[in-house]
Amino acid sequence: MSMDATQTNALVSKANEIRRLILEMIGKLGVGHIGGSLSIVEALTVLYYKHMTVDPQNPLWEKRDRFVLSKGHSGPGLYAVLADKGYFPRSWLDTLNRPNTNLPSHCDRLKTPGIDMTAGSLAQGFSAAVGMALAARMQGQGVRVYALIGDGESQEGQIWEAAMFAGNHGLDNLIAFLDYNNMQIDGLVSEINSLEPVADKWRAFGWNVYSVDGHDIVAIDSALTLGKRFKGRPTMIILNTTKGKGAFFSEGKVSSHNMVVTDEQWREAVERLRQEGEPVTSGEGR
Amino acid sequence: MYEGLEMRKVYAELLIELAQKDDRIVLLEADLMSSTGTKAFKERFPDRLINVGVAEANLMGISAGLAVMGMIPFAHSFTAFATRRAFDQVTISIAYSRLPVKIGGADPGVSAELNGGTHMSFEDAGIMRNLPGMTIVEPVDSVQLAALLPQVISHPGPVYMRLHRKNKEVLFSPDRSFTIGKIETLETGEDVTLICSGMMVKQSLKASEILRKEGVRPRVLNMHTLKPVDATTIIQAARETGAIVVAENHSVLNAWGSAVAEVVSEHCPVPVFRIGVQDHFGEVGKSDFLMEKYHMTAADIVQAAYSAMDKKR
Repeated sequence: MSMDATQTNALVSKANEIRRLILEMIGKLGVGHIGGSLSIVEALTVLYYKHMTVDPQNPLWEKRDRFVLSKGHSGPGLYAVLADKGYFPRSWLDTLNRPNTNLPSHCDRLKTPGIDMTAGSLAQGFSAAVGMALAARMQGQGVRVYALIGDGESQEGQIWEAAMFAGNHGLDNLIAFLDYNNMQIDGLVSEINSLEPVADKWRAFGWNVYSVDGHDIVAIDSALTLGKRFKGRPTMIILNTTKGKGAFFSEGKVSSHNMVVTDEQWREAVERLRQEGEPVTSGEGR
Repeated sequence: MYEGLEMRKVYAELLIELAQKDDRIVLLEADLMSSTGTKAFKERFPDRLINVGVAEANLMGISAGLAVMGMIPFAHSFTAFATRRAFDQVTISIAYSRLPVKIGGADPGVSAELNGGTHMSFEDAGIMRNLPGMTIVEPVDSVQLAALLPQVISHPGPVYMRLHRKNKEVLFSPDRSFTIGKIETLETGEDVTLICSGMMVKQSLKASEILRKEGVRPRVLNMHTLKPVDATTIIQAARETGAIVVAENHSVLNAWGSAVAEVVSEHCPVPVFRIGVQDHFGEVGKSDFLMEKYHMTAADIVQAAYSAMDKKR
């Protein structure tokens, strides 16, 4: 089911809000994995606010859809969504990476309500997601598994071990995203160890592949809608994204992977997003 | 009842029996189904044995994914590949995530025999012992395996099993019970304690026989669970016998000998001698040849027992 303008606008504005939460969360701490958190905002928004069957009041509900953020360092991006959905109080966001927090740098299933699988050592979350999709198929409760991997992460061999298995087993209850921002810690993915031709690689591994603008809510929604209908193969949605998207100090910067953020920077970026998010016609502030 | 049967055959039969009662049980293989002996399981439950191919990292990842969905996966490979090859996956996806994956490693230590040095793991139990919440068991024979396996399944955390798959010898009577985490006393004695596991149990019992003929009364303890360590029984043995020899089919670094020495040095310091692989790699050879060459025989244990007794205070 495609979206009407109202739905689309609601999701666009939700993404704007999530982005501000991320900036505030990492900004208050002064340092964090901001680049890869900001690049996946639209994908997380479309997933959690339109496609996934979940119950934030019952985070361990057996029949819920699962999400695995295999590039676990983008945890703050997901925490913003989970807090907004009501998995835990918004005030938790101010505890990111502080002593005894429930919101560590990398996603931890034992610490955070709504985190379905621990990840952080790259490629492992994806492999687990494949196992989860296999289990879901065995259990026959119609559970769908979503996973999100990074492009730097895709240099890990385990990604391709898992991809081969999922393709060969036709796990069509599995939909994965690739955050293709072409940046990793040491530079450009295309220069360090290129993934190209990445869509062909996934096709060759037996996947149904879409490539979309990873910041286009409508395009992501269409790909998800098609992927859910597709039978016999797992789906890979390649999100062509910009690392650090939406904040003037991080957008398109390799250094945004894990960067120091000043008070002035995050406040200025949040303010700009707030203005951007205001409906043009209303002109009224909140 | 298991006399003359390879342990892997018994293992597969036990798993079939247990899987009939518990549909959460699934088996995962990385192209070693014929070695681990689970082909019979595959025939009985074709959909509940998943062969991931030669991909141990993914073997552990998929097992973790199955476990987080409420299944009880058994992930199998050789000890070498189930541990060191996939150690980060076992660490993060399984132990750190506190998921009840049951890892079965076949061919521990010298039992890798003709596969030689590349496949011969003397470090597997040692590295696994570093993982918080990891339980490590090494069944001596099929009777012990049968007693421990239901406990492995009901245990809420991850378990690593060292399986001497080709072993046909049965040491225990069929009705004997064993408890994970509890040392089994095989023989009582007051002069020296022989603590042993897996293949070294037979050697230790032989050593005990020799010592008894010479008027020494050793206590023989089977430490089938490396972790959690049964400190109480070890401290009691240290107090009552004053000298300990540990015999293991593993490097003397980081596993049984180390675990015993750690407990003893903290709670009741007595001499501890370690029989096992003395910090070197393995090589091609039958077990008997390798045990002789590496000084892991009953005679070596006897000698160590005298050395330990000499050092008693």
